[in-house]
Amino acid sequence: MRPSSLRAVLAAFGLLLAMPASLAQQPIKVGIVTFLSGPAAGPFGIPARNAAELTAELLNAGTVPAPYTQKGFGGTPIELVIFDEAGGPQTQVAEYRNLVPRVDIVIGYISSGDCLAIAPVAEEQNKLTILFDCGTPRIFEDASYKYVFRTGPTGTMDNVSVALYLVKRTPNVKSIAGINQNYAWGQDSWADFENAMQTLKPGIEVKTSQMPKLFAGQFSAEITTLLGSGAEVIHSSMWGGDLEGLVVQGAPRGLFEKHKVVLSAGEPAINRLGTRIPDGTILGARGPFGPFAPDTDLARWLKTAYQGRYHIPPNYASFKMTQAILGVKAAYEKAKSSGNEAPDQDKIIAALENLTFEGPGGPVKMALGKGHQATMDAAVGTTKVENGQLKIVDIERYSADKVNPPDGVKSEAWIKSGLKK
Amino acid sequence: MSSILPVAFDGIAYASWLFLISAGLTLIYGVMRILNVAHGSLYALGAYAACSLAGVWLGGGLPAAGSFAMLLLAAILVGCLVGPLIERGLLQWMYGKDEVVLVLITYAVFLIMEDVIKLVWGVDSLLLPEPYALPGYFLLGGLPYPVYNVLLIAMALATGLALAWALYRTRKGKLLLAVIHDREMSMAMGINVSRVYLATFAVGATLAALGGAFTAPTIAVTPGIGVEVIVLAFAVVVIGGLGSLGGAALGALLVGLVRAATVRYWPEAELFSIYAVMAMVLIARPKGLFAAQEARKI
Repeated sequence: MRPSSLRAVLAAFGLLLAMPASLAQQPIKVGIVTFLSGPAAGPFGIPARNAAELTAELLNAGTVPAPYTQKGFGGTPIELVIFDEAGGPQTQVAEYRNLVPRVDIVIGYISSGDCLAIAPVAEEQNKLTILFDCGTPRIFEDASYKYVFRTGPTGTMDNVSVALYLVKRTPNVKSIAGINQNYAWGQDSWADFENAMQTLKPGIEVKTSQMPKLFAGQFSAEITTLLGSGAEVIHSSMWGGDLEGLVVQGAPRGLFEKHKVVLSAGEPAINRLGTRIPDGTILGARGPFGPFAPDTDLARWLKTAYQGRYHIPPNYASFKMTQAILGVKAAYEKAKSSGNEAPDQDKIIAALENLTFEGPGGPVKMALGKGHQATMDAAVGTTKVENGQLKIVDIERYSADKVNPPDGVKSEAWIKSGLKK
Repeated sequence: MSSILPVAFDGIAYASWLFLISAGLTLIYGVMRILNVAHGSLYALGAYAACSLAGVWLGGGLPAAGSFAMLLLAAILVGCLVGPLIERGLLQWMYGKDEVVLVLITYAVFLIMEDVIKLVWGVDSLLLPEPYALPGYFLLGGLPYPVYNVLLIAMALATGLALAWALYRTRKGKLLLAVIHDREMSMAMGINVSRVYLATFAVGATLAALGGAFTAPTIAVTPGIGVEVIVLAFAVVVIGGLGSLGGAALGALLVGLVRAATVRYWPEAELFSIYAVMAMVLIARPKGLFAAQEARKI
């Protein structure tokens, strides 16, 4: 055989080998970034990854309830590429640049620091990026983006709703204190709570605001100060090991008996601490997630499927991840409905802007940040141990427009101006 | 006056914890000239092992008081198994290298052990609150305090005294001091330096694991606890003077009291209090409070 014909045979062989791949449907690649290591992996990162894997698999199988019965995204299967969020914003920006050419859409980011760093890079890379969990309202209040969306509500809503709950349940409250982790999340949460309380109960006394280092884990001196402060209410937005440490060290010393304790992001600790969380603790879940989820087909589906596979209920991080994927699906299918072709990125973006879609926590409205930031109803409840099991009772729901600022108004200014519409 | 007692007690309790985690670090540096970053993971390993062992003990319905013995056993197991493994398996081939290289090597060990911990115990937090609540509470200035913290203070005191006694009052301790002072001369006098190094590393590792094991009941044991501890322990050891046991004790006390007072009177500054102490000490004494005199070799 002459060399040229050998080449031709090889070329034909190569083409034949490549055929099945080109004939088969190319999946939509979704990059998932969540903490797989470090202190945030246990409470948020892994529950979110589990939810992503479960949701992608069941979407591809077409077993998710209405309105998400179509397989994958508009009939095209989805494939996940999972990255670890650990390492801090600088590492994440580098990782994000590596991820961009490999995927069609990025869904991720739990840490507010990572979100603030990634948003401008996403814009520069022209890559549709969905922030699913981080809380800082600053992302869409200080800048506006075309390619960046957030399908979970901001942290402002958590603290405004617990303040409303507290004032309704204990109208004569006169003093508050706080213990929050000393970084953006803890400081912003405390500022929002303090400002909301000042608005709702002008002249309320702030006894002390403890700001221990993130991941300090030991709070003996802080608990002493809180116990001695005489404050009626103690607010904490702590999460993970710090929150569990606060409960383990504080509960036996009477911190939860002597004071009304508000854990604005306490829900993920339920699965770990269970009945160790004392009765009467006010708890939030960063939205209507987990035990606060409304009784819908979607919520029941997620709870049953997740529990069945991972033998633990899905927490708010799981809910928010599933919500982000379903949000993209809703936008993709809306964009596709105008034609049979796969929609391009710009069409998906146009469809997601100002979209209202159904999540496992109820309706999600992309109402803020020029249609890029979600708002949802809020829910707050109180813990109660019944028959050896921790239950959430006295759940109050707040409509999204009551606990979120109008579009274009910054959260802090809105709270200080009296939570007015 | 009513606030001074609680501040002093919280400060001393925190100082005891700091001393437990930094004593082993300063001992290893004093003898081996190794700034052991893996100290943090030995601490974490001690905490995880304590959770597992005490968990099995309590899960078996055995008397809760026995969980304290399990904490101790966990520390000894980690110290005497993992310590020698690191020293014999890796460090013994690296002696004589630059101190900076040794820091990098122990940092590598630290990273590997963080992942090993994740592989074995996963990323979810472990809780072991029973031993913390078991000894009950007492009132000080009208506020309830856990007796467990008193036990920690007693343990730190006992550890410090035992170490001082072993170093200065026993033959083996004096051999160790000779190695600290001049390694070459000690070898020439027939001291088995290699064995001294092994023993030192095992003791240092046990101290780290002891700190971890007895901290486990007060916290949620999560990935990353080792990082937090190693930074604090470094600060304490630098304040006291690298390699000085007395320095570590005084450094821990200073940091503990300043931190407790800051939490009480100026909580916003808590984050910086430890480093403020460190900066002030280093301005006055650049080598720390009790830095060993360097023998000049001519």
